[in-house]
Amino acid sequence: MDPVNFVILASILFAIGSAAVLLRRNAIVAFMGVELMLNAANLALVAFARIHGEIDGQVMAFFVMVVAAAEVVVGLAIIIAVFRARQTISLDEPAELKG
Amino acid sequence: MSFVTPEIAWAPLAPIIVVLGAAAIGILVESFVRTPATRRAAQLGLSLVALIGAAGVAVVQWAGLEGAGTEVLAGMLTVDRQALAWQIVILVFGALGALLFAARTRAGEEAFTSLGSVAPGSTEETLARRKGMQVTEVFPLALFAVGGMMLFTSVTDLVFLFVALELFSLPLYILVALARRRRMLSHEGALKYFLLGAFSSALFLFGAALLYGATGSASLTGIADGIATVSGLDPLILGGAVLVVVGLLFKLGAVPFHSWTPDAYQGAPTPVTAFMGAATKAAATAALIRVSYEAFYGLTWELSWLFWAVAIASMLLGTVVALVQTDLKRMLAYSSVAHAGFILVAFAGFPEATLAALPFYLLAYGLATLGAFAVITQVRERSDDGTVLGEATRLGQWAGLGKRSPLLAGAMALFLLSFAGIPLTAGFVGKFVAFAAAISEGAWPLVLVAVIASAAAAFFYVRLIVLMFFTDVPDGQEEAIEVDYSPLARVVVVITAAAVVLLGVVPGPVLSAFENAAVLLIGSAG
Repeated sequence: MDPVNFVILASILFAIGSAAVLLRRNAIVAFMGVELMLNAANLALVAFARIHGEIDGQVMAFFVMVVAAAEVVVGLAIIIAVFRARQTISLDEPAELKG
Repeated sequence: MSFVTPEIAWAPLAPIIVVLGAAAIGILVESFVRTPATRRAAQLGLSLVALIGAAGVAVVQWAGLEGAGTEVLAGMLTVDRQALAWQIVILVFGALGALLFAARTRAGEEAFTSLGSVAPGSTEETLARRKGMQVTEVFPLALFAVGGMMLFTSVTDLVFLFVALELFSLPLYILVALARRRRMLSHEGALKYFLLGAFSSALFLFGAALLYGATGSASLTGIADGIATVSGLDPLILGGAVLVVVGLLFKLGAVPFHSWTPDAYQGAPTPVTAFMGAATKAAATAALIRVSYEAFYGLTWELSWLFWAVAIASMLLGTVVALVQTDLKRMLAYSSVAHAGFILVAFAGFPEATLAALPFYLLAYGLATLGAFAVITQVRERSDDGTVLGEATRLGQWAGLGKRSPLLAGAMALFLLSFAGIPLTAGFVGKFVAFAAAISEGAWPLVLVAVIASAAAAFFYVRLIVLMFFTDVPDGQEEAIEVDYSPLARVVVVITAAAVVLLGVVPGPVLSAFENAAVLLIGSAG
């Protein structure tokens, strides 16, 4: 199978992820969108590594996975702190900061 | 299959290793030192020793650097004079920030919550406060952020750059959420900062992946070679370059990628706002310089519309929206958006002079930012029964501050004049060299907009000065404001005020040092 198809799939996943971040009002879903974008980048890196016939891109994907895991830790901690304070994680609800 | 042990030149990495090592030791201090008061003193001492020590090592390296610089980790990282200059600037901001982190009010109140994990207003929170718990993890977190920013200034590989970006962003997201007062606001600022920051780093990473696909290399020089050899305009290259630049512009806080700035600035504990505002901008600018000049030089023409549009939008929107703000921290946040625009003006056409101008601009801007927010920590509300509350950030509350505390109000006026770019302050010299760099590439329409925006921005800075000095304290409000005295915060105010004046009156030595640093080591293609 042509590896270019995987690049196209990665672009579609990236677009879905960014749409989720920008359009969904639930913090967890928006955060899942970010994760989808990171994984799309991973898929693109691996597919390009296959196209170029080298393993650099695959090694990069490992780095990205580790960073994404660290990001989940911090992100969920903040989301849980917000939830404990307000009992909701809607992004429309917290509206103390305006202007 | 046999593995070859990579040879790593550790010596050029010494400043970064000192800071990150101290951060790791700080985590251990957190676990083994039990009394909060000792822990706080130990953490502050450790941070200051590490940051000042690292700055000393960086200065020694700068003096002893042969040629343009050194490549480390097979060209993944270059330590050249430009990188060292930025590292020293960031270390200075870090040391001043650490002093502010440790500052306490006269009543012994910290800027940070006693326990970050409990809900605001809960019984657990009261209990934690009564037991005298303190979040001293802020010091190692700040050290990690400083270490990440230092890496960010010298990394020459896009994926490694992504790792450094997250290394300094993740601690900042946590720091923003830890305010002692107005914790809901702080949480909200952190949530927005986190979601938009994570979004922007994902954009950056996908751009890096596209560039890797188009050129077969993630290193900046490899990408530059790829851009030079690919005939015609490969959409992968252009799309990747735009995504990478947009990811960095998010961190810089330029319009239309600025929406996190006001919320994070207002919600964060003021010492964090000071550190974040000064250091993040410096790190983002340093990385933007390296990426633009080393990788995207061949795309100057294609990318210039982006820099022009974003610069003009940032200057206009930042200035106009700052005019109508009633909260001081929010006003300074929008002023920082305008300053992001001024920084981008210097990128027009990628002139050589930018390499010397922007470190000076960011040094001047960062010192004034740290000083202004340090002053904000000192002006506090007082309730009817005389207890001192949180910071007084509504503009009206600053009326007549010049009579309450002439020195503090005078220092604030100095920082505001430096933001506005009035002669004899560091801000003027910074703006002058930055705009002169843009003029040298013939970007005079952009500089014209920048000068007009500066003049308009002067209005809201001067409005606050008029409020402080020429407006009387409203009747019945004489007791509503308390001018606090925290020795550490006052030290920061004095140092930054002296530096702003000194850099404004005799900028020569620092300017020529940065001119000496205006060399990027363009390594061999990876």
